[in-house]
Amino acid sequence: MGSTVSARSGFWKRNQQRLAPWLFLAPGMIMFAIYVIIPIFQSIWISFYDWDGLGPKTWIGLGNYVELLDDEAFYTSLKNNILWLVLYLLAVPAGLAVALFLNQTVTGIRLYKSLFFFPFVISQVVVGLIFTWFYAPDFGLLSALIKTLTGQSIAILADERYVTLGIIAAGLWPQIAYCMILYLTGLNNINPEQVEAARMDGARGWSLLWNIILPQLGPATFIAIVVTVIGALRSFDLVSIMTDGGPYGSSRVLSFYMYEQALSEYGYRMGYGAAIAVVLFMIMMVFITLFIVRMLMRERHA
Amino acid sequence: MFPTPVQKAAPWVRHAYTIILPIALILWLLPLIGVAITSVRPSTDLAAGNYFGIPSRFAGIDNYTAVFRDSPIGWYILNSFKVTIPTVIGAVGLACLSGFALAVYRFRANLLIFFLFVAGNFIPFQILMVPVRDMTLRAGLYDSIAGLVLFHIAFQTGFCTLFMRNFITSLPFALIESARVEGVSEWRIFRYIVLPLMRPAIAALSVLVFTFIWNDYFWATVLVQGQHAMPVTAGLYSLNGQWIAAWHLVSAGSIVAAMPPVLMFFLMQKHFIAGLTLGATKG
Repeated sequence: MGSTVSARSGFWKRNQQRLAPWLFLAPGMIMFAIYVIIPIFQSIWISFYDWDGLGPKTWIGLGNYVELLDDEAFYTSLKNNILWLVLYLLAVPAGLAVALFLNQTVTGIRLYKSLFFFPFVISQVVVGLIFTWFYAPDFGLLSALIKTLTGQSIAILADERYVTLGIIAAGLWPQIAYCMILYLTGLNNINPEQVEAARMDGARGWSLLWNIILPQLGPATFIAIVVTVIGALRSFDLVSIMTDGGPYGSSRVLSFYMYEQALSEYGYRMGYGAAIAVVLFMIMMVFITLFIVRMLMRERHA
Repeated sequence: MFPTPVQKAAPWVRHAYTIILPIALILWLLPLIGVAITSVRPSTDLAAGNYFGIPSRFAGIDNYTAVFRDSPIGWYILNSFKVTIPTVIGAVGLACLSGFALAVYRFRANLLIFFLFVAGNFIPFQILMVPVRDMTLRAGLYDSIAGLVLFHIAFQTGFCTLFMRNFITSLPFALIESARVEGVSEWRIFRYIVLPLMRPAIAALSVLVFTFIWNDYFWATVLVQGQHAMPVTAGLYSLNGQWIAAWHLVSAGSIVAAMPPVLMFFLMQKHFIAGLTLGATKG
């Protein structure tokens, strides 16, 4: 007995270093594998089937993807996603501008910074409702403003031309706040000696910002771009809250269209939904790969 | 400091700055201010077309009582807490362990696993939707708090591990080395040396995850159907359908739903921002 115990503890002593990381990792890894890693492959697998979520699955190969090629609504969603991506990135320079505006040391500036950051803390559902009200024809604050300025009344969320722009503007509000806080932290950590030295050399305003400040803000810019790209491709909440994809499906994005196809009242098309999700995933993979490569390079550097 | 401090600028610049600052803030928060004012406006004002003026009387107590009395929003808020708090504990707890493993040990798969966590945390939710919903259904956890909590814990573990791993990497490694030399077991190193040093990271992550989960809407609609397990985000949306044009109620409901993360943010501001901006400074 005694010898087995000591043998076992001897084994543990010898291999503790090698086994410990796996024991520490196991709970988190198992959960993450079950709920995140494996479902990705399952989704890809399901996208080759025709399936209503309950009955038997029917293998249709690339059928769902072929159908996508001819689906007008898919192209509308894709186009809107690209619009989201491009316009959402405005949050990065806008966030920098707000951060530069607020990077002062006057009394009460801390409170100002917190209040400017405020929109990010609020749920997108609430942001969506706030902006629906803001845009509402007749009595919305913005509509009233437009009416006094131009004499025309525009129902932004009911107009196919403006609806996506209106939703993106609502999304930019918290996103600018997020980028702002990243840049404020970045500005806080800038090397003051370098800035002073550049000032001695006569650098001012734009050239100082461009040549000295921005390079030091590199990490903040990187993270701001990462979170903004992810945010743009994940845009679901606002579309669902503000328009439910309408009018006539013109404000759909891929994430919303996928949800609609897979779980709508008109019948569950899990396979088709999964195919849309795979397309969205592939788009995201391009960015994820870029991020990871950059992180890996930094990791190697360190 | 950049830009040049206004204290060093010409007096007119200084004055202009102190005037522009509050105006900019009011413009920035205009939609929110509008909603806050609407939430204390009596419904008669809205009927009479008084949308922007000063409310004819303060009806805040009426409106907020009406929201709590006539709608299940109190129940939804309770559900949100029931989802959020276990998720915070679970995800942060798991991430302490896995972050420690990835930060302290050198083994071949280390970076691979780390990047799996990082990448998983960036993917679009929709790629998980069908299988996760199916799995939750088959486990009998569909339409329950537990189903939502389990998913959230698993998904947030990705972000939390990234965070914890980077935090522990920045701790002095010599501390661990010397403990090993003295024969302290790996578990005790984690429990008594590293974990106490992780307190600021745990605080920062907890506030962040609290906000993320509280504000989740997508999974609340995918994994929950009935009122009994519905968090406040999805609940507010369904109430919005019932309160058509009753903007004073929608506004009051929105403010109620937004309050917990807002309070969390103002109480734990330092931690919140430290968490959010991790990595924004290191080159």
